[in-house]
Amino acid sequence: MMQALARLLDSDLWWSFKRSPLTVAAAIAAFLCIAGAVFAPWLAPHNPYDLAQISLMNSNLPPVFQKGGSSEFLLGTDQQGRDILSTIMYGSRVSLLVAVCATVMSMLIGVTLGLVAGYVGGRVESFIMRVADIQLSFPAILIALLISGIGRTVLPREMQDQLALYVIILSIGLTGWVQYARTVRGSTLVEKNKEYVQAARVIGVPSFRIMLFHVLPNALGPVLVIATLGVASAILTEATLSFLGVGMPPTQPSLGTLINEGQNYLFSGEWWITIFPGIALIVMVISVNLLGDWLRDALNPKLR
Amino acid sequence: MSAFVKLEHVSKAFDVSPPWLNRVLERKPRVFLHAVSDVSFEIRRGETLALVGESGCGKSTVARLIVGLYKATSGRITIDGQDMRSADDTSEAARALRRRVQMIFQDPYASLNPRWRVADIIAEPIRTHRLITDRAAIERRVAELLGCVKLTAKDGEKYPHQFSGGQRQRISIARALASNPEFLICDEPTSALDVSVQAQVLNLMRDLQREMGLTYLFISHNLQVVHHVSDRIGVMYLGRLVEIGDKRQVFGAPEHPYTRMLLDAIPDLKMTGKARTPVAGEVPNPLDPPPGCAFNPRCPRVFEPCTRERPELLPAHGREVACHAVTRMARAG
Repeated sequence: MMQALARLLDSDLWWSFKRSPLTVAAAIAAFLCIAGAVFAPWLAPHNPYDLAQISLMNSNLPPVFQKGGSSEFLLGTDQQGRDILSTIMYGSRVSLLVAVCATVMSMLIGVTLGLVAGYVGGRVESFIMRVADIQLSFPAILIALLISGIGRTVLPREMQDQLALYVIILSIGLTGWVQYARTVRGSTLVEKNKEYVQAARVIGVPSFRIMLFHVLPNALGPVLVIATLGVASAILTEATLSFLGVGMPPTQPSLGTLINEGQNYLFSGEWWITIFPGIALIVMVISVNLLGDWLRDALNPKLR
Repeated sequence: MSAFVKLEHVSKAFDVSPPWLNRVLERKPRVFLHAVSDVSFEIRRGETLALVGESGCGKSTVARLIVGLYKATSGRITIDGQDMRSADDTSEAARALRRRVQMIFQDPYASLNPRWRVADIIAEPIRTHRLITDRAAIERRVAELLGCVKLTAKDGEKYPHQFSGGQRQRISIARALASNPEFLICDEPTSALDVSVQAQVLNLMRDLQREMGLTYLFISHNLQVVHHVSDRIGVMYLGRLVEIGDKRQVFGAPEHPYTRMLLDAIPDLKMTGKARTPVAGEVPNPLDPPPGCAFNPRCPRVFEPCTRERPELLPAHGREVACHAVTRMARAG
């Protein structure tokens, strides 16, 4: 453990990290967002979904720096008296969970299909890549809407809220695999013609072992970068779906749901209900994106 | 002694046609590249046959055909009487044949997986063929193999990038030896190495041959290296074998005009400063080879049948040559 840490502190990656103040700032912001989300039940000042803790007496309080604000509710409260800061923390928890699960799912599908397409070639490759091309010609959000729409019609009404989380992970996960498949296919095509793969074939290693143990580890480099950027775009897609009302239900709100609910009160003066979750979303997406950009540059030897 | 490795009229054509849609829309024909055509030769147990020729003459394709990386378009390859075509499937016999034939590659920087430890690289054939299943025994065997190629057991812990080119080539020799093969195919094993390291690797290969009774197919364009290691030599030109015979005979008195040109082009210390005779002309486009003998546009002894009829590989002066001029002289004399 200590050794691994020492190696990290000595690596090129750490050096290029330290040299870029923007990246350090992004990392700190991302860390705060993620820690706040993951540890929300322990860190949040209130539990906004415990009916015993909320009181209508506290509804529509402005943030602490405005007249009438209270230090108990730093970012104010909504129409039901829930603390906005706490709802943001719980909401980003849902957003992050969806984004990470969906990204992992896209990655598994995309990497598998890309690896098989690149290694097997021929008709299998043509088929997989044409499907990818077709999917890429539709906007991602449209496909996600379609899948979550199908999920909604197929599932019985009383289970919809409980299963909403899985439906939305599935719908975002199924839209994102194309990029992974394309990238991994590309690097698989390069690796498969290298002599170490041929050597393994001469030895008589079965194809699936060659794919898994020889080609895959050498083709994975760029996937890390895409996955980081993919998390950011998955957060956005989820927020969009929830904002449109086809994502997470109000009983289990994500950042998108919060923004959607809050926008109804924007013109009646309670701007904080929608603006603060919006800012949280922006900070989260920008910081993760900046980290992904840095990682891409740091891992690209041509830009060093 | 009978032939250990036998190639009978082996050909390999690569389909280099444009994609189906382009062929249909632009009315382009199918195009085939005949990388190897009608090659037959034998290798006896324990001997070294060297294949030489310019780049693109099909020598590496022959190596890949024998080892099973490519499938022959036509012809038959047998190793110890067993058809190599059966090696495509995963039957027990095919696995056994795979174990007995191994290959050493040209580029030691590309032939070792950069993410694997050397010990795992060398142990891969052992694990794949389940030659040894006991962990400690595998470790001992890997250490022994590292010793065979003059590396230490400690080197097994390292990654390939921590070694020099010559050391890496020795690691790949150790890997090839791991499955106790009888036949090693060496595809330009020294062409990526420094001259000083070349000799080291070549001597190691020769010692291993003596100790283990290995049979080699040695592919190279470096004639001095070939002279050093081989017993017999086959010269290839544009996918065909043009001359094959004993090393002393082919080097001492080359018959085919192409072999002569190759040998004349070898740099020689005695000739320092003088211009050497380069091999005249360019290799013709393999997609569109000249009619008759493929060498006729560059040949100094070209005469009438050469542009019309393809010469057969026929015995002449103690070796086999595919040349109209040589055959006619032999018949006349």
